[in-house]
Amino acid sequence: MLSVLLNFALASNAGAIHDVIPLLIIVLPFSSFLICALLGYKLKKGAGLLSLLLVGSSSLLCLWVFVDVIVSGKGNGELIQGCWMTIHVGSKEAPFVIPLGYLIDPLTSIMLFVVGFVGWWIMLYSIGYMDGDPRYHRYFAYMSLFMASMLGLVLSNNFVMLYICWELVGLCSYLLIGFWYERETAMRACKKAFIVTRLGDTGFALGIFILVSMFGSVAFYPLDGVNGIFTSIGRATEGKENMLALAVMLLFCGAVGKSAQFPLHVWLPDAMEGPTPVSALIHAATMVAAGVYMVARCFVLFDANGKLNLFGGLIVLSPAHIVALIGSFTAFMAATVALVQTDIKRILAYSTISQLGYMMMALGVGAYSAGTFHLVTHAFFKALLFLCAGSVIHAMGTNEIFEMGGLKSVMPITFATYLIGMGALAGIPPLSGFWSKDEILTHAFVHSKPIWLIGEVTAFLTALYMTRQLCIVFLGSPRNPEAHPHESPPVMLLPLVVLSVGAAVGGLIGTPWMNLYASFIIHGMASAGAHHKPPTAIMFFSIAVSLLGVLCGYLLYGARHIPNHSEDPLRKLLGNLYSFLEAKWHMDWYEGKATRRVFFSLVSFCRRFDLGVVDGFVNLVGWAVAYLFAQLHRFFDLYVVDGFINGLAFITGVCGDMLRRIQTGFIRHYMLFVLMGFVFLLIVSIWRIVVLGHP
Amino acid sequence: MVSSMMHYLILSAMLFSIGIYGILTRRNAIAILMCIELMLNAVNLNFVAIGAHLTPNQITGQLFAAFVITVAAAEACIGFALIIAIYRNFEKVSVDDINIMRW
Repeated sequence: MLSVLLNFALASNAGAIHDVIPLLIIVLPFSSFLICALLGYKLKKGAGLLSLLLVGSSSLLCLWVFVDVIVSGKGNGELIQGCWMTIHVGSKEAPFVIPLGYLIDPLTSIMLFVVGFVGWWIMLYSIGYMDGDPRYHRYFAYMSLFMASMLGLVLSNNFVMLYICWELVGLCSYLLIGFWYERETAMRACKKAFIVTRLGDTGFALGIFILVSMFGSVAFYPLDGVNGIFTSIGRATEGKENMLALAVMLLFCGAVGKSAQFPLHVWLPDAMEGPTPVSALIHAATMVAAGVYMVARCFVLFDANGKLNLFGGLIVLSPAHIVALIGSFTAFMAATVALVQTDIKRILAYSTISQLGYMMMALGVGAYSAGTFHLVTHAFFKALLFLCAGSVIHAMGTNEIFEMGGLKSVMPITFATYLIGMGALAGIPPLSGFWSKDEILTHAFVHSKPIWLIGEVTAFLTALYMTRQLCIVFLGSPRNPEAHPHESPPVMLLPLVVLSVGAAVGGLIGTPWMNLYASFIIHGMASAGAHHKPPTAIMFFSIAVSLLGVLCGYLLYGARHIPNHSEDPLRKLLGNLYSFLEAKWHMDWYEGKATRRVFFSLVSFCRRFDLGVVDGFVNLVGWAVAYLFAQLHRFFDLYVVDGFINGLAFITGVCGDMLRRIQTGFIRHYMLFVLMGFVFLLIVSIWRIVVLGHP
Repeated sequence: MVSSMMHYLILSAMLFSIGIYGILTRRNAIAILMCIELMLNAVNLNFVAIGAHLTPNQITGQLFAAFVITVAAAEACIGFALIIAIYRNFEKVSVDDINIMRW
């Protein structure tokens, strides 16, 4: 069936992207989800291989689309669009069409490649990591569903499909964080993630509603006569700058929730309760990047002349400013918290928040290419780091870095790949993270000095905490004599090696001297075309900052043995600040308190309202209806049913009363009756003989 | 001697009518019983006459008459027993006064 479809696609439109290909990209993982979910208990081990195969074919198609876009040079100005299905809503006079279809431009193609490629290798890694889990098939069902919805999110050509897939990846995230739901913490974490992101998603939905009311369309670009939002900004928003800015800010709310930006970042560290490959794929490489992707996709909206006039024009904010501010603050805040964490995955989680902040910052300062480039490189090296962490956790059976140590000699391959990932994240040239981060910082420097400064400080902190983690986990001597770590199986090491190659050389496509990436991605983005010639001094400054961070980290942690967490040299250095950071800026506490104050009182009000007014009304109506029917029933029973029976008895009684009067007690009378009967019969017989001629 | 069917039937009808008249008019229970006997014998006469007329070589009519006489004897026996029992309770045999079995 599939091969027939493929042949059809190839034959009918050789070399070009056919409508069927993007559909297959989504349908293949989705069918894997269905099969694993429905028949997984029979397939057992086969579930993993099956989903690997189906997702793999989908990934190959992604790769093909990517290569096709590069080679054919399509997507430069003209978009590859198609529509699978149109939904007609609204009336005849005011038709409203939702074209469910796909949109392929350079951004989509590179995202397809990243999601498909990184996703597949992480699924391969999962085969080893999840081995022996009682819910093995369910894991792969969820992962397949995630791949399907993430690819759908990337491919979607309208806000409706984007939103549906957006919620679907959120659902997968929820399911996978709570995958080991026997653990109380996992159970709480998945609820937290779902609810916190829902806050942002509500804003996202409202933003879409406003856009629909402004543009009368949900499609990004014009297609089959449907108006495109991005191409009609000037006309539709004339004089509605406030409204546009509000819509864009609401869209950004969604991104803040999904991409774990301040103040909705609190769910991401807790999300580390899920299996480590999930953290790698969903909470580092792809899903959390969906927010960044969405901002990049709607970049023209953020870049448009929307202005938020607050307090009668006293404060004028453009959405892009807010994006940059929130991004840079998140980057800095998360990096400081990562500095003092002791859970290997939580460090990486805060690092992810910080890097996502970088991406938002880049998009906020108008560096479309740099932001998405960092998204791509980050996907590689952060997935790599998480998988390495998974490998370490697999070997040690704990997440606490202060129970590890000296793993370098036991796990050489993991160490080597971790080193590459760490270098990429810390921004050591020529690893991939360096180039993308450098591009962001260069743009930030041109755009706004304070933001650039925050970026550089964050870069220093990043190098510092990554070196701290590396030194404590891999260098020195083992802290726990009872642990017997071992290198992971090849099925887990292979993805590490592949991803580390990507993390190492991936950045070379975007060097300042020959920025292939930027020229690829920026086509058709006129507003993002401003390409600054990078001051080389900035670059060398960044390198120096990163190296300084690594050096500080090594001096603090690598030079001497630190037996446990309380001996952390930073504790002495930072004093009270250390506990402040350890408490994550007290943000969980404040947000928890705010939640209790605001939401709980709201909830208790709602409860009282529900119990008193709603329930009261419902009960009243119920009581009234029941009473009415009971009365009706009573009347029927009393007067119809009983009346019938009583009437019958009455008639019988009357008849009996009348008839009994012939019982006189005189034999004479009885005989008379007999005689009368006899005479009557006699008359009838005679009559018959006379009239009919026979008896 | 002209003795056709008609003479027998007329005699029988007269006897029967006298019986019915007696039943309807007499107050004495014994007289009523006697009237019943009269009616039964009217029927017997009919049986014998019609039997002799229709099947002269057989005795079906006479046989029925014999049965009726037997049953009438039994009936008279029970009837007199009842009348004696009533007499013991009411000290009279007038049916007009014995009317407690009424509504």
